Amino acid sequence: MSFSWARQYEPQTGVTKWLDERLPLPRLVYNAVGAGYPVPRNLNYMWNFGVLAGFFLVLQIITGVVLAMHYASDATVAFAKVEHIMRDVNWGWLMRYMHANGASFFFIVIYLHIFRGFFYSSYKAPREMIWLLGVVIFLLMMATAFMGYVLPWGQMSFWGAKVITGLFGAIPVVGEPLQVWLLGGFAPDDAALNRFFSLHFLLPFVIAGVVILHIWALHIPGSSNPTGVEVKKESDTVPFHPYYTAKDGFGLGVVLIVFAIMVFFLPNMLGHPDNYIEANPLSTPALIVPEWYFYPFYAILRAFTFDFFFVPAKLLGVIAMFASILIWFILPWLDKSPVRSGHYRPLFRIFFWILMADMALLFYLGGAHAEEPYIMLSQLATAYYFLHFLVILPIISQIEKPRPLPYSITEAVLGKDEQAAGNKPAETSA
Amino acid sequence: MIRLISILAGLGFAIAALWSFGKGAYVVMTEGMGEQSAEYALHEKVRGPEGGFSFEGPVGNWDRQQLQRGYQVYKEVCSACHSLNYVAFRNLAELGYDEGQVKAEAASWQVPGIDPNTGEATSRPGLPTDKFPSPYPNSVAAAAANNNAIPPDLSLMTKARKDGSNYLYALLVGYGEPDPAKLAEYPEFETPTGLYFNKYFPNVNIAMAPPLTADGQVTYSDGTEATISQMSKDVAAFLTWTAEPTMVKRKQTGWPVLGFLLFATILAWLSKKQIWSSVKPRKED
Repeated sequence: MSFSWARQYEPQTGVTKWLDERLPLPRLVYNAVGAGYPVPRNLNYMWNFGVLAGFFLVLQIITGVVLAMHYASDATVAFAKVEHIMRDVNWGWLMRYMHANGASFFFIVIYLHIFRGFFYSSYKAPREMIWLLGVVIFLLMMATAFMGYVLPWGQMSFWGAKVITGLFGAIPVVGEPLQVWLLGGFAPDDAALNRFFSLHFLLPFVIAGVVILHIWALHIPGSSNPTGVEVKKESDTVPFHPYYTAKDGFGLGVVLIVFAIMVFFLPNMLGHPDNYIEANPLSTPALIVPEWYFYPFYAILRAFTFDFFFVPAKLLGVIAMFASILIWFILPWLDKSPVRSGHYRPLFRIFFWILMADMALLFYLGGAHAEEPYIMLSQLATAYYFLHFLVILPIISQIEKPRPLPYSITEAVLGKDEQAAGNKPAETSA
Repeated sequence: MIRLISILAGLGFAIAALWSFGKGAYVVMTEGMGEQSAEYALHEKVRGPEGGFSFEGPVGNWDRQQLQRGYQVYKEVCSACHSLNYVAFRNLAELGYDEGQVKAEAASWQVPGIDPNTGEATSRPGLPTDKFPSPYPNSVAAAAANNNAIPPDLSLMTKARKDGSNYLYALLVGYGEPDPAKLAEYPEFETPTGLYFNKYFPNVNIAMAPPLTADGQVTYSDGTEATISQMSKDVAAFLTWTAEPTMVKRKQTGWPVLGFLLFATILAWLSKKQIWSSVKPRKED
């Protein structure tokens, strides 16, 4: 499961020896995130975001459990309960602002984590399973965040729930009954609010479970690295602790500073003012939008404005929106280039940055009013999004001529590797 | 095989999106982008009070005198139609009133009660633990008394609007006649009966009659001159406080937290540097 030179856990005291023979939990931690896990020595700061995502998951669970102690999922009092938390619960405002902004930060670090995976092709063999589990985590996060946003029972909660569950209504034949079954009624009300609260409490623990599988799968091949060259020998690695615990600690500090600025000085910047108006089924907001982290997918949903042959526009939008994430599942088999890192792939690299620009555009368009020229732009951006993953990636992985790779991580870091000289000419440039 | 299917699917999605794009583009070319409405043209960007509010910015603090004046405006003007559901009389202590004043202030309001002898619904003087009473017994009565437009609760108003404090101020001073130059371009524009023109309201026709119509409408006990602008600014400040009474405490808590995090991050940076110094540095590019 790990490299032969990985350090072994040696219990020092009587108590830890006793424990190690009965329940080797310290050994597990030592091998997972301690000195027993050898990690490539050349990871850059883009490799911090996995640990940061784990931090925000724990923060969301802790603040969420506290909030749940003061909340009630009853449509008549839910909105007032949130105000009760903001006004009368000791430090309730801090818990709620940390939870609301924590969700945003969870998505920020997850997006950077995913984009890191895109650029360095972290999804490639032998790490496909890590990637698949990661996409599952992302889908679970989206479901959890969506249901969490409904709980304050503001205008955007209500209308967002109505629009998103309405997507299921677009499915032919079973759509309408399915939507009613999901909501427990014809519109979001007590039944929907109660089940959303229940699931919003449950799903984070499911996420935690899949995170454990994600980390387990990671420890089979070990971490990837910016060169994409696999670990060959001990000099390619350093123990996770203290090297990466220290680096992650610094990264965490930087992110927490930004987080604190948001929580204490701009707590509502990422939210929507309409959600401070209590849900009112008789009054439709001028602009119904989900939270910012759903914008790219919302833009794709809204991009399909005309029926295409026999497929209604609404159904097409729903299919495209789900497909836009589900295609990530087959990514490892679409991109067959033997080279992982974008640093050594001149053509891929250009298209990667076009994809990033395209995603940025979709982020912007998802929050914009549904009017021209935003609709036309979102149609172009949507077309590129699908072309990138489904057409461009498979083709460039065939025709691209990658730049020469370094012999090993050691060579990439130090500029020379004694072993490399005997094996192949040192003509690499990194 | 999988890549062949994927390329076909990718082309399918792209063509479907471009199909919508083409049809949309055709509509735009033949029919244009749609005309600007008069409401859109006459609407003006929100402009806050001169000098801004004392609570703005990362070190802003409440001006308690101003909050008390704003409370007076709410009590004497706004409360005729608007409720303040999430605020209790006890919260007024934060405006600088002492315990006795809070009790007296609460008692000056009539809140719904129950007659202890008969059990019938009645009203009684408020206690500090009571929330502010609603001016109408229910939403039907509120709609009936206001031409079917229910006056919204004001507790969270400044958070429920973009740039809420400035918006509220602008709205209160924004009544009047449309700009004649702009109006000339839209001769058919007319404010419907029962509505009032307000250039800062999203569709410029608001159901609320101008609440502050004359200087000196409220008599301030601290000698401040009660101009319309001053009253608007004061009540906007008061309603910013009702929307988030913990705002100043939040900002004041933020500074030591930031200081600690900065210190901890510097320590983390130094220890990271020291730990990594034992590994050979990266080659120079």
